[in-house]
Amino acid sequence: MPRPASRPAGLKPPPKHAPQRLHTTADLRTLQRLMTHVLVRPLTDDDRLQPKWIDGRPMAQVAAEFIKPNDRLTSFERLELYNRMYWFRIIDSVYEDNPGLRALLGERRFARLVRAYLAKYPSRSFTMRNLCARLGQFIREEPRWTAPRTAAALALARFEWARTVAFDGEARPVMTPNDIADAPPARLRLGLQPYLSLLAVDYPVDDYTLAVKERDALRGEASHAVEHGPRRATRHKIPPFRRRPIHVAVHRYRNRLFYKRLEAPAFRMLEAIQAGRTLVQAVAAAGRGVTAEQVRDWFATWMELGWFCARPARPKNPRK
Amino acid sequence: MPANRFNGHTDYGIGLGLRVPHYAHILEKKPVVDWFEIISENFMVDGGRPLEVLDQILEQYQVVQHGVSMYFGSADKPDRAHLKKLKTLVRRTKTPWLSDHLCWGSVDGTFTHDLLPMPYTFAAAKRTAEKIRQVRDYLEVPICVENVSSYAEFHASEMTEWEFLGEVVERADCGILLDVNNIYVSSKNHDFNPYDYLNHVPHDRVGQIHVAGHTKFEKYILDTHDHPVLDPVWKLYAHATKRCGVTATLLEWDDRIPSFDEVHDEALKANAYIGGARAAKKRAAVTAS
Repeated sequence: MPRPASRPAGLKPPPKHAPQRLHTTADLRTLQRLMTHVLVRPLTDDDRLQPKWIDGRPMAQVAAEFIKPNDRLTSFERLELYNRMYWFRIIDSVYEDNPGLRALLGERRFARLVRAYLAKYPSRSFTMRNLCARLGQFIREEPRWTAPRTAAALALARFEWARTVAFDGEARPVMTPNDIADAPPARLRLGLQPYLSLLAVDYPVDDYTLAVKERDALRGEASHAVEHGPRRATRHKIPPFRRRPIHVAVHRYRNRLFYKRLEAPAFRMLEAIQAGRTLVQAVAAAGRGVTAEQVRDWFATWMELGWFCARPARPKNPRK
Repeated sequence: MPANRFNGHTDYGIGLGLRVPHYAHILEKKPVVDWFEIISENFMVDGGRPLEVLDQILEQYQVVQHGVSMYFGSADKPDRAHLKKLKTLVRRTKTPWLSDHLCWGSVDGTFTHDLLPMPYTFAAAKRTAEKIRQVRDYLEVPICVENVSSYAEFHASEMTEWEFLGEVVERADCGILLDVNNIYVSSKNHDFNPYDYLNHVPHDRVGQIHVAGHTKFEKYILDTHDHPVLDPVWKLYAHATKRCGVTATLLEWDDRIPSFDEVHDEALKANAYIGGARAAKKRAAVTAS
């Protein structure tokens, strides 16, 4: 089994020894840095605190430097409680947010992926909602955890992160037809809602995730969403996840999550709008063969779904 | 104290933690509940269903914010972006007070999402109190800090946990969210008398009380919030209300959550334990008049 990375991103190196006395905030930080390194250190294969510290010393010796034992638990055992609670908590959160990826890889491979990912990229946010923000990046960087299904795994990771964004991402005031009636298309630049993700992926991630949901009677929204509808106990077989490129928008409408398949020209047009092109440029990006009527229909639907908003203002004095 | 400057001079009764499995029941049936405590972080989002639910709850109920990630005891400075989001939520809920834990959980911008115990030192108390003051001044709302349950102690500690709590709240001039279940759990894990703890906290600073269930293991107790409140915790609660007065009380139930009615009934058991404190309150009112 491959070993996860040993240096967590963002954490400064641990001190060699715990401070004996805490006289200053710097001493406090040193102690907290040491303990954080212990907590985020990956568990052993049987979910225990690793017996050796980063520098090769016995972990029991390191723990005894700063944690008091009692008559029932050693310093090592007390730290191990926190180490295990840390991992179980964050793994649970990633499990809940990635039912499709979990189904694809199976429990054991998914567990290895999650542990390797969180060992390299521990949380940098006050909320566990953002735990999977870099999962797609990690799958690209370290394909060994998902090979030979890396492309499929990446597609699902991107899709499942897009669901989190769509669930509670920012919504800006919606542009109405009246707002843009007088704007010349050659100069009009629209924004797309921040909660909307446009995905061009090589696998039908939406169908697959819905099949998994049906199989597991999973909740259809992100991990802390309100449940609608009764749970179904029936178990269905998930259809094979075969390569079939799709374009899909992950969005919300009236605060419910939706996935909307897009034709490739429509997708290109939306991408151009998102990139800040004018409306004329965006229509051109859709490609030849697209009729004015198609564009009108797409535009009307997107407008009705509330996807358009004003583009965010650029800072007036960008750093020079 | 029932109403004091640490709970915004409110006199809230017995509340419940607002949890996802109960949303539909609450929004549909609109049960009579004194107040709800929300986990701030669940609503520090930019849009979508969480805020829609919150707004519906706010139309019907009194809501108090309880945080799990401010980490007053972390050596890091308070994060401005975090504070800004929290202040936006404070304005939305109009929470009369705000609570978070007397703990740490992050360093160098890496978060453990745990409520880690403090080393009980004067330097740590000073730093923690500074941060509480900074946060309160920014948020412009009274703050109560909650004692956490713990499973480890540091060699570096210079005082007891309750002395540390007192040191911090006096320096910060803030309130206490007294979690009697956490006191019980820590007393078993660290072999102290929980009544010593209760007798030594500054009672006039207690703005809110938490009760919850826990799980016993062979060598330690875990604060699991997945059970009804156990008798020794209710007894501690009764003692706490005698010392502090009838105080806004909240039942936490976060895992293996039963029906709304079951959780509410469990919370209302608190009424049976505060008779002594209520009688004292009545006597005080008669004397004053």
